[in-house]
Amino acid sequence: MASEAHGAETGGLVFHPMDQFIVKPLFGGDVINWYTPTNVTLWLAIAIVCVVALMVVGTRRRAIVPSRSQSVGELAYGFVYKMVEDVAGKDAIKFFPYIMTLFMFIVFANFLGMVPMAFTTTSHFAVTVVLALLVFVTVTVVGFAKNGAAFLGLFWVKSAPLPLRPVLAIIEVISYFVRPVSHSIRLAGNVMAGHAVIKVFAGFAAIAVVSPLSVVAITAMYGLEVLVSFIQAYVFTILTCVYLKDALHPSH
Amino acid sequence: MEGQLAHIGAGLAAIGSGAAAIGVGNVAGNFLAGALRNPSAAASQTATLFIGIAFAEALGIFSFLVALLLMFAV
Amino acid sequence: MATETHDAAGHAAEAASAPGMPQLDFSNWGNQIFWLLITLVVIYFVLSRIALPRIAAVLAERQGTITNDIAAAEELKAKALEAEDAYNQALADARVEAQRIVAEAKVEIQADLDVAIAKADAEIAAKAAESEKAIAEIRAGALESVVEVANDTAAELVAALGGTADEADVSAAIDARMKG
Repeated sequence: MASEAHGAETGGLVFHPMDQFIVKPLFGGDVINWYTPTNVTLWLAIAIVCVVALMVVGTRRRAIVPSRSQSVGELAYGFVYKMVEDVAGKDAIKFFPYIMTLFMFIVFANFLGMVPMAFTTTSHFAVTVVLALLVFVTVTVVGFAKNGAAFLGLFWVKSAPLPLRPVLAIIEVISYFVRPVSHSIRLAGNVMAGHAVIKVFAGFAAIAVVSPLSVVAITAMYGLEVLVSFIQAYVFTILTCVYLKDALHPSH
Repeated sequence: MEGQLAHIGAGLAAIGSGAAAIGVGNVAGNFLAGALRNPSAAASQTATLFIGIAFAEALGIFSFLVALLLMFAV
Repeated sequence: MATETHDAAGHAAEAASAPGMPQLDFSNWGNQIFWLLITLVVIYFVLSRIALPRIAAVLAERQGTITNDIAAAEELKAKALEAEDAYNQALADARVEAQRIVAEAKVEIQADLDVAIAKADAEIAAKAAESEKAIAEIRAGALESVVEVANDTAAELVAALGGTADEADVSAAIDARMKG
């Protein structure tokens, strides 16, 4: 904030890289209650619309020879299905709709965030923390429900020498509880940082001499961000699968 | 004064992002080296590659988080 | 929180009514979480009730169709091979039949030819014999005429030379000459 104010004083060069993340009520007013429709609500709704358009409307003809949208939907299905099967194992298939939900939501939220003037829902810790905590709670509950106390064997590394095991157990416990933190902040941090960097470059465009360079830099960053959008969704999903595998097969 | 110190701390914490970049580059570079030696096994290991990158990146994200907290939340 | 930063930096500008980092403004987390949970539940039900079973059905159906098509193709290929075999068989049969017919025709023609040749040979032989006979007759006729002419000529010659010729002597002399 201080730097912004400082920039404003030096004339023209104003950076508001964080303003794009402000949550505003959709229909005016200042008070945000838990039920107030905000721009978050709007873009979450658009994400739902996109998912429905791709996965339901796109596949409505159930064609043997798929149309373009249908083959994209099938591609997403096959992609996530194969990931769940390969990483988490065959018996994780019953979690496939859940993981597919996470993947489709994050992918569309990220890509919708790339639309100019859009609000990026996944850049908010509130959103990603909920996603990561859902995964964390699911994995923990499934782990204990399926293995009982044997799930604690996840923290007792049998392959390590006996004197090291208590130390490793502490590290494992810490890393287990850090999982949701890194899981959520990775996604939000990547998305937010990318958008903020683009905004900073856009701020430099105010100087006429630098503006062509700035435009090129924005374009390059935009391309990188499109890549990051997909990769972060992929990483979030594949880490969910890895955690789920730990819950289903805790033996180290 | 305290605010300025927090900003300095945030800048120092941001160095951790660079360290994470080295780690991610290490993972990706070693993967590429291995993939060039045995391209047939590379496709089956892309998932492992991303998991490795994610873990390496996680620690960089912690320093990023510390920087953010120092900047805005202290 | 962020307001402290503002105060510390000496900026009381709360104009944007947002802290330095909107993500850390916990006052609207409840709102975001509420709407996010609704979104996730909607997406989950749309996917698990409608989209995923549908896509799974389509993929299974496609797999089935592909398998069926491959089986049908195999069957058709077998049929085609069978048809080709039958065709080749028919061709070979036809060839054998044709050869048989040709051979038969040849034998028949040969027989006819032999008969005709034999008949022609016989006719030719008969004609030759007849001709020979005619020639012999003619020759005999000619010989007799020669003898007569010689007799006459000799008698006349003798008469012209002033002698009288005995017919018997003349013919004996001529016969002797003719044999000589």
